[in-house]
Amino acid sequence: MNNFLLKLRQEPALMFLFGVMVPITVFLAMQLFNDPEIFFATLMRSLGMGSTYAIVALGFVLIFKATQTVNFAQGALAVSGALFLSFAVADDHIPLTTIDNPINSLPGPDWFHWGVSLVLAMVFAAILGLVIERLTIRPMVGQPLFSVAVITLGLEIALRVFNNDTVKVEFRNVKVPWGIDGFQVGKETINYSIIAAMVTAAIAFVAVFIFYRSRLGIAMRAVAFDQEAAMAQGINVGRVFAIAWAAGAVLAMIGGVFATQPPVKQSLAVDNETANIAFRALPAVILGGLDSATGALLGGLIVGAAEIFAGQYAAGETDILGAGYPVIVPYVVMMIGLLIRPYGLFGTPEIRRV
Amino acid sequence: MLEIANLEVVYNEVILVLRGLSIEVPEGDIVALLGANGAGKTTTVRAVSGLLDVHEGEATKGSITWKGKDITHAKPSEIVESGITQVMEGRRVFAELTVDENLATGGFTVQDKAKTAESYDRVMDLFPILAERRKQTAGYLSGGEQQMLAIGRALMSDPELLILDEPSLGLAPMLIEQIRDIIVDINKQGVSVLLIEQNAMMALSIAKHGYILETGKVVMDGEAQKLLGDEDVQEFYLGLHGEGGERKSFRDVKHYKRRKRWLS
Repeated sequence: MNNFLLKLRQEPALMFLFGVMVPITVFLAMQLFNDPEIFFATLMRSLGMGSTYAIVALGFVLIFKATQTVNFAQGALAVSGALFLSFAVADDHIPLTTIDNPINSLPGPDWFHWGVSLVLAMVFAAILGLVIERLTIRPMVGQPLFSVAVITLGLEIALRVFNNDTVKVEFRNVKVPWGIDGFQVGKETINYSIIAAMVTAAIAFVAVFIFYRSRLGIAMRAVAFDQEAAMAQGINVGRVFAIAWAAGAVLAMIGGVFATQPPVKQSLAVDNETANIAFRALPAVILGGLDSATGALLGGLIVGAAEIFAGQYAAGETDILGAGYPVIVPYVVMMIGLLIRPYGLFGTPEIRRV
Repeated sequence: MLEIANLEVVYNEVILVLRGLSIEVPEGDIVALLGANGAGKTTTVRAVSGLLDVHEGEATKGSITWKGKDITHAKPSEIVESGITQVMEGRRVFAELTVDENLATGGFTVQDKAKTAESYDRVMDLFPILAERRKQTAGYLSGGEQQMLAIGRALMSDPELLILDEPSLGLAPMLIEQIRDIIVDINKQGVSVLLIEQNAMMALSIAKHGYILETGKVVMDGEAQKLLGDEDVQEFYLGLHGEGGERKSFRDVKHYKRRKRWLS
């Protein structure tokens, strides 16, 4: 016990963590007994938020793991993918033409149309990821990682401008089949989109963990560990990069769709601000460790919970904190996390240049 | 089988590392490539396995021919598929992966599952110790075990030519003997071996033919047994002197008498 106290005193970050975590836990426990319904609804919303962050974070992690690059273009990829989904599902015509949207003439109910559009959007996102990787990342293999990161930043801006000015994003509905509906817990409503986000995150993570055990997944981890040795085994490093980018873009697209849903947003529509989901998920990635899928999941959940719970229970203090304070909570959590573990919760303890 | 003719390799477009190197590895033989630090041994391996690009190197002249096909500028994956695999210097196992996963990366180019399983059994036969450690993280293996894993990983692609880059590096004498016996076993299974070594005694004792490399050129070559008996090799590589073969004291070295050039 004495040792523990000594360590606490030496580590200001740990001291801070305990100084903050203990009162917060007590406070939350009081709230739970005070009004279990609100607490449960908040918990569900925080899980929905966390799942959305985790999905986006997973996209970051896959690309970082394979290519050692933080892909700052995830946000623009999210918007582009969600936009495509919206075009496929909500438009009468194929964009820029007068040809009827073939998806509308398919038989079956609306949710089936939406499913087909979603698959198409995933294919579109994957192709977009592949094209970007081929054109801008592959030629940079072996170049300083900083340059590659800046290239992705440029891509983000270019894609955003393209989406904004050429495609003209103006609140395009993604028409999710569950809409804005939800079920009631007492007087609180819990949106179906929260359940959808949780299920999607679960599927995404199970898929990634299965992928990591597969032939290609092992190859990807080998490339992540030692590129040259992987090449010497006959692993095609370029192909591994391509797969990572395709998967990362698909995850960004799915994250983009959930970024339009409660609890992230109530609008149900894609607009340029949807891209911000990537930067809001960045604390989750960094907190979890840039190269760990488990870290992305846990980081997403922690950051999401911090944001939603702070938004719910500190709402009385907006005079001091300002109206939009929940959005910065993830960054505060990330900062404290990094002070304690500089390479993230599950990251590889090694200096990584971002 | 493998034929390197007048190969010239330049790093960063200025540093000439190999200057007209010619080597031949006949089918079914063990060929040793010896040389001091910086002689160009590892560069030769990189040139054969297509990894020069990674190090900003380029083969500017000469050719590498494998089974009658020119592979001087082939991609690493194509070279592995065509039957040449290297065991890299310093083992380079994937420390974060388990032993089984490491072996799986070695078999990446083989699509046929039955063939992979066959190679896997063969590796397990050759290295019973790896069978015991199948699920362990490779980073926690001992140096000797890691070297075995690196050789096993290379065998997973079922190569016809195995290139070993300093397999004795950093190993205890007993382990070196063990690795040497394994190399002989692998060779007996019909795999040609190109053995790159600084440990000349170990390499020449199992090789059929030997090449001695100095500053990017072959300065001497011949049957391994002959090289072992050669006075220069004995003096420069084995630390022996004279007919008796007894160890030489540096007190007796008369510098003006030491030859600076190879007679070949």
